[in-house]
Amino acid sequence: MKVQNKSFRLAWVGLAAAALVILVLPPVLPPFYVSLITLALIYGLVATSLDILIGYTMMPSLGHGAYFALGAYTAAIMNTKLAAGFWATLPVSILIAGCFAAVLGLVAMRAAGVYFLMITLAAAMCVWGLVDQWVDFTGGENGMSGITRIGFGLDLNGTLSFHYFTSAFYIVCVGLIYLIIKSPFGRTLVGIRDSASRMQVLGYNVWLHKYMAFIIAAMFAGMGGCLYAYFNKFVGPDDADLAQCMEFFLMVSMGGQGTLIGPNIGAFIIVFLKNLASIYTDRWVMILAAIYILAARFAPKGILGLPEQLREKKKAEAGK
Amino acid sequence: MNGKNMNNGQNALFCQKLTKAFGGLEAVKDVDFRVTHGERRAIIGPNGAGKTTFFSLINGQHPVTSGSIELLGQDVTKLPAHKRAALGLGRTFQITNLFPTQTVIDNLVISAMGLMGTKFSMLKPLSSYRPLYSKAEEALKSVGLLERDSVLIKNLSYGEQRQVEIAMALISRPKVLLLDEPTAGLSPAESHMMSEIIKGLDPSITILIIEHDMDVALSVADYITVLHEGRVFMEGSADEVRGNTRVQEIYFGEE
Repeated sequence: MKVQNKSFRLAWVGLAAAALVILVLPPVLPPFYVSLITLALIYGLVATSLDILIGYTMMPSLGHGAYFALGAYTAAIMNTKLAAGFWATLPVSILIAGCFAAVLGLVAMRAAGVYFLMITLAAAMCVWGLVDQWVDFTGGENGMSGITRIGFGLDLNGTLSFHYFTSAFYIVCVGLIYLIIKSPFGRTLVGIRDSASRMQVLGYNVWLHKYMAFIIAAMFAGMGGCLYAYFNKFVGPDDADLAQCMEFFLMVSMGGQGTLIGPNIGAFIIVFLKNLASIYTDRWVMILAAIYILAARFAPKGILGLPEQLREKKKAEAGK
Repeated sequence: MNGKNMNNGQNALFCQKLTKAFGGLEAVKDVDFRVTHGERRAIIGPNGAGKTTFFSLINGQHPVTSGSIELLGQDVTKLPAHKRAALGLGRTFQITNLFPTQTVIDNLVISAMGLMGTKFSMLKPLSSYRPLYSKAEEALKSVGLLERDSVLIKNLSYGEQRQVEIAMALISRPKVLLLDEPTAGLSPAESHMMSEIIKGLDPSITILIIEHDMDVALSVADYITVLHEGRVFMEGSADEVRGNTRVQEIYFGEE
């Protein structure tokens, strides 16, 4: 009971800190930092959706960058070529990311573990190849610039106003993911993670539940991609490349998989490290790699897994 | 006799020439097997006789190599496991197979949802589905574990975990229940309690039980099938099986 109270209090402290950073501080921060927070929220949403797969369904997908890129490019193309606004592009971004996952899932879910990882990665590289090579449609290596923040129903051209819009969008979407995880459907995913054979015997179509989770996660990543296009006003092949796919994966595993909050912490750390470190050095990727090795060595369950890890260590030492 | 047309209406389970090969090893071979509604059948046999594989064929976790399976009058040979469960087939596992990171009550709530449309709802927390929880509490009461409802599975004793196994299999009211060594690893007292629980089950449920403990097998079942090296060695009443010297040789001989 005591431990429960403590973690309950900790949750409130965390929530208050998050509200402070996301909602209270931005008006007094320089615009550069505000847009870093905005970006971290967008990436955080994508990483949270990836946690549905990695943490709750044991489907380690490296392909999440593909849905993000599909969502972003859909928005960019519709916006620059058709002058479509946000609320018009959002459903299309979600739909395209979802459809891609629906097709990919049929193939990828025949495999598990490392093979699943490789197939999803290969699919993501196909998307990268597509946006990199299809010059007429996607601008190729030059990417797509000139995205305008229209159709939001609000004037969002300022850094701060866009930040608050993103925050509201983020809170709704992450809240939805939280609800899905707590819902009967979400609990069946945890059941499948713990024992797929038991779930079958209880009457669950294990494949169908995993397939649905796969598509739902992709749709949220597509949403994140769509918002990203309007945030950055530019999308390029870098938003679909291997490094981007790896980063989403790292956000989840570094922050703590299966926690929903962890991936958001991971997103903040990676966005801030990347942008602050790259002011001083071009070797940002090396720093990321070092951090990842350290995290994998000393905190295999991620940052949010640390307290539990320490408790277990203490217990093991006390047992000796 | 022509087994195919015999008393199909009364068969809870009817297997013909059931065979399962893992590579070159035939774990189950040409098994003809029939159980009528409401029967209690024990399946015994030495280690490696193919008992658990036989269960996995019946409930669809392993595809058959050849042969056919009829469940409650319906050919289910090609049906996936979850659809057989929906027809009314439940099973427990020899090696405890629960959701260790969740509480006892949540294990049962997830079990209760298995055959309900609720399992696809996404926009309300599971904890708001009160009827599922009262159903789960009722099931816990029936195996005497109600006061342990909020304990994590991994913190239960082994005997208690075995009781949760039974409760999970019963909660969706199966018509045919496969029990895979429910008393394996239990103390004599726990073992006795478990056979009392099984004896107390609704008599309309058809039960197949794999059991190493002969006393439990003979006290729970009216009829016994002896499997040996993947084949049906003999079938008969408890007395017939007990009196058969060949059975004693294959079954008790190694002791």
